[in-house]
Amino acid sequence: MTLNMGPQHPSTHGVLRVVLELDGETVLKAKPIIGYLHTGMEKQAEYKTYTQSIPQTDRMDYLAPLSNNLCLCLAAEKLLDIEAPPRAQAIRVLLTELTRISSHCVWLGTHALDIGAMTVFFYCFREREKVLSIYDMVCGARMTASYFRIGGLALDIPAGFLDKCEKFVDEMPAHADEYETLLSRNPIWLARTQGVAPLTADRAIAMGATGPTLRGSGISWDLRKNQPYCGYDQYEFDVPVGTNGDAYDRYQVRVKEIRESTRIAKQAIQKVRAMGERGDYRLRDYKYVLPPKEEVKTSMEALIHHFKIVAHGFFPPVGEAYAAIEAPKGELGFYFVSDGTPRPWRMKVRAPSFVNLQALPVMVEGRLVADVITAIGSLDIVLGEIDR
Amino acid sequence: MPDARSVGLSAERLEQRLRERFPDVAFRRQEGEAVRDPSFYLPGEQVVDVCAFLRDDPELAFTMLTWIGGVDYLPRDPRFEVVYHLLSMTHNARVALKVPLREENPRVPTVTSVWPTANWHERETYDFYGIVFVGHPDLTRILLPEEWVGWPLRKDSPLGYQEVAFTHNSPDREKPDPDLKKLAPKKVKYRAH
Repeated sequence: MTLNMGPQHPSTHGVLRVVLELDGETVLKAKPIIGYLHTGMEKQAEYKTYTQSIPQTDRMDYLAPLSNNLCLCLAAEKLLDIEAPPRAQAIRVLLTELTRISSHCVWLGTHALDIGAMTVFFYCFREREKVLSIYDMVCGARMTASYFRIGGLALDIPAGFLDKCEKFVDEMPAHADEYETLLSRNPIWLARTQGVAPLTADRAIAMGATGPTLRGSGISWDLRKNQPYCGYDQYEFDVPVGTNGDAYDRYQVRVKEIRESTRIAKQAIQKVRAMGERGDYRLRDYKYVLPPKEEVKTSMEALIHHFKIVAHGFFPPVGEAYAAIEAPKGELGFYFVSDGTPRPWRMKVRAPSFVNLQALPVMVEGRLVADVITAIGSLDIVLGEIDR
Repeated sequence: MPDARSVGLSAERLEQRLRERFPDVAFRRQEGEAVRDPSFYLPGEQVVDVCAFLRDDPELAFTMLTWIGGVDYLPRDPRFEVVYHLLSMTHNARVALKVPLREENPRVPTVTSVWPTANWHERETYDFYGIVFVGHPDLTRILLPEEWVGWPLRKDSPLGYQEVAFTHNSPDREKPDPDLKKLAPKKVKYRAH
């Protein structure tokens, strides 16, 4: 029997369609069909300046907007050969780690909901809400943050921001305990996830899987550790890995990552505190970066730079750059080809969900239909990013 | 200029290793003002052998294919480029391979036999640029609808302005009953007062 799972199915986390060929309850063949959310972001980026593409990236992985912002900025910075000031980098680390926590919270809540554990969902969304209000505080938007800019941040952090983050970060490990109390030794949860949707290390590499999906299979590969960006080499944290590569191991990896993220965020808060509640938040290279608004009002030079960057953007050198970060879902990469004009000749996005989803048939073929739900959930996909 | 933070294997050593193994292949290191990752041009015919070598050679061990993408350099000749970005987790290095393709009939052999993950990347590149990956097991559109005409990421493909098919403008739509004209709003004369 051929069965269409999706595109309108709550467990497909968006509009994913999986064509299943079944023999009774056993899946013989699974084929994911994607593209329902395709909006041509890569094409549109060719008609915008580098900075104008930042709001687009919020809409790719809409559960982790700041990770996408960061990756675009890092790729452009690599192309321009500039680096954000250390204080801005610490704020970026702080916010992307909070993003990771909120993304993992949504993942855990919805994944548990798919398998039938409803309570976790409400707990997780409670914590996610706090991260969203932190976004709100810093940039005025709850979901589409667009807070990072090439060369730093859009604006400095407001007063009381670090206290709010610290309160959240201090509370978070206790909340992670709550989730684990509900799930980690829950017999139904164990039965639904242990040994389900396995992915061996070799298969994971061959399928190009990254992020928690790869680490769940026992490979310790984290770009924050292996190819550090934004000064991640100055932070102390562990990279959790699984052993069996099943859905339970991926669950364990992500819950541990929530704890590690709180550790990193805590260190980042201390770093920002040490560098001052207010201070450098953007590079002072006005060829590429907007001067601060206060300066624009008083200095003719700054006004000229402001006008030029707003009117036609900056002119990067001819060449190309690829920058990758460890997004909550895996390796997120932006590839820019520049022809020397203010608009990128080509912007290519390497979306982690797009690649990880390819491993779905490997995980479910020869297994039961009910496990497909677990497999999709444990991959942590976001269709906005897959379809772009 | 490779990114100093991420290189565990120097681009020079990599180039040397490739030239040793494939003396006949015309490799060319990409040079430019701002080429931030080591990248090599090579002809399309050898791409499968080179990729298999890069994956299996213990000194290189590029076990993971990060992504494949296309670039359209209109009006340059050769017009297209297929970019392969590889990652070696053992040596913590990245490399880009580039295959230039002529405008008419752009074809390149598939690398799905080397990395199964190439499957969707190649489908995406086909979908966007119309570049054919010879030997691909399922070369169909992936992000765009199957009946889409044209290659949207080519530079001569316009941004937008295509007519979107709705019920009211589809060719086989049901024409409204002529009697419905009676129901059309009547002209009203307005008087200014």
